[in-house]
Amino acid sequence: MTSLPKSTQKKLGLVTDLDICVGCHACAVSCKEWNAGGHSAPLTDTDAYGKDPSGVWFNRVHVFETQDDHQTRTVNFPRSCLHCEQPACVTVCPTGASYKREEDGIVLVDAEKCIGCKLCSWACPYGAREYDADDGIMKKCTLCIDRIYNENLEESERKPACVIACPAGARHFGDLGDPQSDISTLVERRGGYALMPESGYEPVNRYLPPRPRKDRAGDTGTTDHLEAAEDAVEGNTFFKWLDKALTR
Amino acid sequence: MDPAYSVILFTSSSGAGYGLIAWLALARLTSLWHISPVTALIACLVALVLITVGLLSSTFHLGHPERAWRALSQWKTSWLSREGIFALLTYPAALIFTAGWIRPEVPPVLMTAAAAATLVLAIITVISTGMIYASLKTIPRWHNSWVVPVYVALAIASGGLLFTLVLAVSKSASQKSLIAVLAVLLVSWMIKWLYWRFIDRQQPESTTGTATGLGHLGKVTQLEAPHTSENYLLKEMGFQIARKHANKLRRMAVNLGLLIPGILLILAGVLHGTTQLALLVVALVFGLSGIVVERWLFFAEARHAVTLFYGRSL
Repeated sequence: MTSLPKSTQKKLGLVTDLDICVGCHACAVSCKEWNAGGHSAPLTDTDAYGKDPSGVWFNRVHVFETQDDHQTRTVNFPRSCLHCEQPACVTVCPTGASYKREEDGIVLVDAEKCIGCKLCSWACPYGAREYDADDGIMKKCTLCIDRIYNENLEESERKPACVIACPAGARHFGDLGDPQSDISTLVERRGGYALMPESGYEPVNRYLPPRPRKDRAGDTGTTDHLEAAEDAVEGNTFFKWLDKALTR
Repeated sequence: MDPAYSVILFTSSSGAGYGLIAWLALARLTSLWHISPVTALIACLVALVLITVGLLSSTFHLGHPERAWRALSQWKTSWLSREGIFALLTYPAALIFTAGWIRPEVPPVLMTAAAAATLVLAIITVISTGMIYASLKTIPRWHNSWVVPVYVALAIASGGLLFTLVLAVSKSASQKSLIAVLAVLLVSWMIKWLYWRFIDRQQPESTTGTATGLGHLGKVTQLEAPHTSENYLLKEMGFQIARKHANKLRRMAVNLGLLIPGILLILAGVLHGTTQLALLVVALVFGLSGIVVERWLFFAEARHAVTLFYGRSL
């Protein structure tokens, strides 16, 4: 049913640290690689190579520039399903193919029921759903349900592929519904935030903001300004003369 | 939003069909107009064909049309599901209403009940169509209280243009009746004009700054896209139309949909017989093309929240 569970026992989700993401796309590629053979397989590429490649991906890495009077920053920004607590993609689904799991809060698509009307992708502001034209159904991030509960994998590997792949340690996985969990305390400590909170979808995933930069003289313990060479020689007529003579 | 032809065809064709059958039901319930039963029967069949063609064309864009029956199951939360259910519920009422014009087996009481049910269900179905769009918070130009009135009004107006043909064939296209249809047409396009005025003044809350949560760092722009070519999201939801083209198309929609049919309706009021009928046919063709342009724009002008992640604005 597309009616939402009143509450979920867990709120499994991802936390992405925008301060240390280096924008290498390893999470996106690893996601594609695992999921091309996973629960929603295949992630069809209608054209994998050439000038105009096209295919289904669950994770896309954007790069933004922020600019104020003081500084300009580059922020790498992976975007994937946020497993919302109020997922409009689920409630608009006419067939019941989209659902939110009561046990862990993961939002999934039942490939046998989906008619490929695309309305869920219209209802999602985060672009989490992509249509597989070859399969005729909608596909989305499964939070790697075929990894996180997979007893054939080592316990340390029972995490989403994107988290395992990140070489910078910018991605974290856990239960965001448990305030005592490592991931919840990390969010608490770093001021993790939800995307587009004004829309009311209540995403589970959180992003950790880039830390304030210490980029001014004095911020790092050095003297807060350096004297100009011109000023340093001021007062001493001999050095002034020497400076002039050498400049000539 | 990508203006998909199947959806444009569906909403304008089924809208006209529901509109026409609603006028016929009204005619039956009120006896405002004299219509010959055979003409009414044919008109009802035309309406049903328009509705059915529209519904079928809406399944063309499905990835799995053979599973379309599943879409009737989620009426508790989904307006698309509700639309499907109301569309199906309209059929039995409309079929009895259609047959009742000539079949004596349908007693007058049943005929009246069927006409009333057809009228109500046809309008509820069009409201459901509008609600599919109006319920999407991701698209501010759809998520407002003007969308449903526009859908209902234009369905009734296009049905009204079809209905004038029924009147002309029944030799009862009086000046009064044509003025009534003209008034409905005028009011519909006024509602549409108010919709345009509303979306032009709208100031959506979400920006690339709120979407990324980076707004506190200053102005947020896209430095590099996540992929080198267009993906599904940009093809489906990133359709862009230049403002100057949109304005030109709006004028075109009003000229085709209101101005030309309006003049023709006035002229038809002073004419009779085949000349009148011919003018009304031309009015209908223009009127419907105006609605197709309007519907194309409804999609083309709509901007989706996901494009904020691509550095655009709503």
